[in-house]
Amino acid sequence: MSAAVSQTLAQKLIARASGRSHVAVGEVVTCNVDLAMFHDSSGPRRLKPMLDELGADIWDKNKVVLVLDHYVPAQDADAQQIVQIARDTAKQWKLPHVIDSEGICHVVLPERGHLKPGMFCVGGDSHSPTGGAFGCYMFGIGATEMLGVCVTGQIWVQVPRTLRMHWSGRLQAGVSAKDMMLHMVGRFGMNGGQYQAVEFAGPAVQVLSMAERMTLSNMSAEMGAQAGLIAADETTLQYLRGIGVAPEHLAGAEQWRTDEDAEFEQQSFDACTLSPQVAAPHSPANTRDVGEFADIHPNIAYIGACTGAKLEDLRAAASVLKGQRVAAGVQLMVAPASAREQAQATREGVMQILQDAGATVLPNSCGACAGYGATFPEGSTVISTTARNFKGRMGPASVNVYLASPYTVAASALRGRISDAREVLA
Amino acid sequence: MNKRSFENARVWRVGADVDTDALAPGAYMKHGLEVIGWHCLEAVRSDFASGVKEGDVIVAGANFGIGSSREQAAGVLRHLGLSAVIALSYSGLYFRNAFNLGLLLLTCPEADKIEEGERVALHFDGDTPQVIRANGQSLACAAIPDFLMDMVDAGGLLPLLKQKQQG
Repeated sequence: MSAAVSQTLAQKLIARASGRSHVAVGEVVTCNVDLAMFHDSSGPRRLKPMLDELGADIWDKNKVVLVLDHYVPAQDADAQQIVQIARDTAKQWKLPHVIDSEGICHVVLPERGHLKPGMFCVGGDSHSPTGGAFGCYMFGIGATEMLGVCVTGQIWVQVPRTLRMHWSGRLQAGVSAKDMMLHMVGRFGMNGGQYQAVEFAGPAVQVLSMAERMTLSNMSAEMGAQAGLIAADETTLQYLRGIGVAPEHLAGAEQWRTDEDAEFEQQSFDACTLSPQVAAPHSPANTRDVGEFADIHPNIAYIGACTGAKLEDLRAAASVLKGQRVAAGVQLMVAPASAREQAQATREGVMQILQDAGATVLPNSCGACAGYGATFPEGSTVISTTARNFKGRMGPASVNVYLASPYTVAASALRGRISDAREVLA
Repeated sequence: MNKRSFENARVWRVGADVDTDALAPGAYMKHGLEVIGWHCLEAVRSDFASGVKEGDVIVAGANFGIGSSREQAAGVLRHLGLSAVIALSYSGLYFRNAFNLGLLLLTCPEADKIEEGERVALHFDGDTPQVIRANGQSLACAAIPDFLMDMVDAGGLLPLLKQKQQG
């Protein structure tokens, strides 16, 4: 009897979900879905008419999570109608897991303990690879494909190659996962991931908190990867135990890692030498060192979104702004990614620091990042912790959005020009 | 299998990295495909939405459809009656969405040879889709797996699920 075939983390997760001991790169397999997440925009308003047309029911309501985060709080009658459809449908379907206006789907999903290592999950949103930070195979799909999942509980995938991003060393103070990601997107481009699996590994990744790991996996979407995986380790387990996940759900978590003799491609990076990164308009791949943008004077500094307004992101911004006020002419906006994280930030005094610095605090929702409701005014220059700066996404085509880390956004708000937080923190 | 050949399709050229916000702008996502259709690609080429006709094709560079999972970005092109998109490459998520909505995407390594305004045809040489240019030049595209062509033939995943229900 031969030894078990060496596999990547992606192969192992897909093999489990497809009921196989082993899957080969390139083969198309059908997987059983452990969890399907959708939101007010991609969910009920699109799914209900199609399910009704088929006369079908959701395959397993306990495996579905509905999050209201895109159109809340409703800005107009159309948005109100979309939100109402989501709430009415949730009642009609008797969905057990509904998270309404309490934060952004990719943040509240793990916060409520829905993600555990080894799972195979889909989300009705492109930033669904965020779940990969928890050792899950999770990816984004459209509403019609979500309909297929809701009816059958299954979905096809082509087993991906694995592109491992190996980070040695350790990030400097004032440099963060967002900078790592902007650097990688800049280097490989918005489709550099070729819809394969990206895996983040190495000493610099291992020391990252779960929130920072989520930022890496989240922006795998901007690299065009299907999934952005990080092997579960003690940090993962400690986080999950901390939010009350039962030990029996965590047993065997250490198996969800890439065998070192499995076949994968590897790219190497040194975290020690990484400077804060900024992506200029209108692409996340348009990335250069922060020092090259010193003559850009933003009038809006935006700390928001699943990518950049988690508790740790708020703490990072507060560490830069503590005891100070933003520069004249700069409007600082903070939209904490979840109500729970905002409550914790309040307890720690982080929200007070941000408000004392002049921040306007916005609701716990996708806000300006999605561009579905309130957006930035004509001609604005924005520095933002979000993930995408496509032309016309966050406002009229005249709006210029620079993407950066919470440290960089805070330092830039403080100085009134795009600035390196390492100078402020020093 | 019913192959989706077409003739005499007018080409709308766009560049690389056309994103889902350009195809289905966020400000109109509250509305249906008709309204989204009026604004489709307005940030990229403002003459498209008003000029596009049933049977036309978009020819694009690399990474067509990058960005959001919003499938309206694919649905709007079917709504506007496009026969297909021909591009160097696609976002993987967009690729899935398009076929789920019955929109044919052709991956053509020589797409950049095709010019704005010319008329092209699509023929199948066995499993290989061939884009035939106005000058007779034939450009081979990547073969499309049968299960995806079945969705194009059925008009998308929803009609396919219905067929299976009835079958």
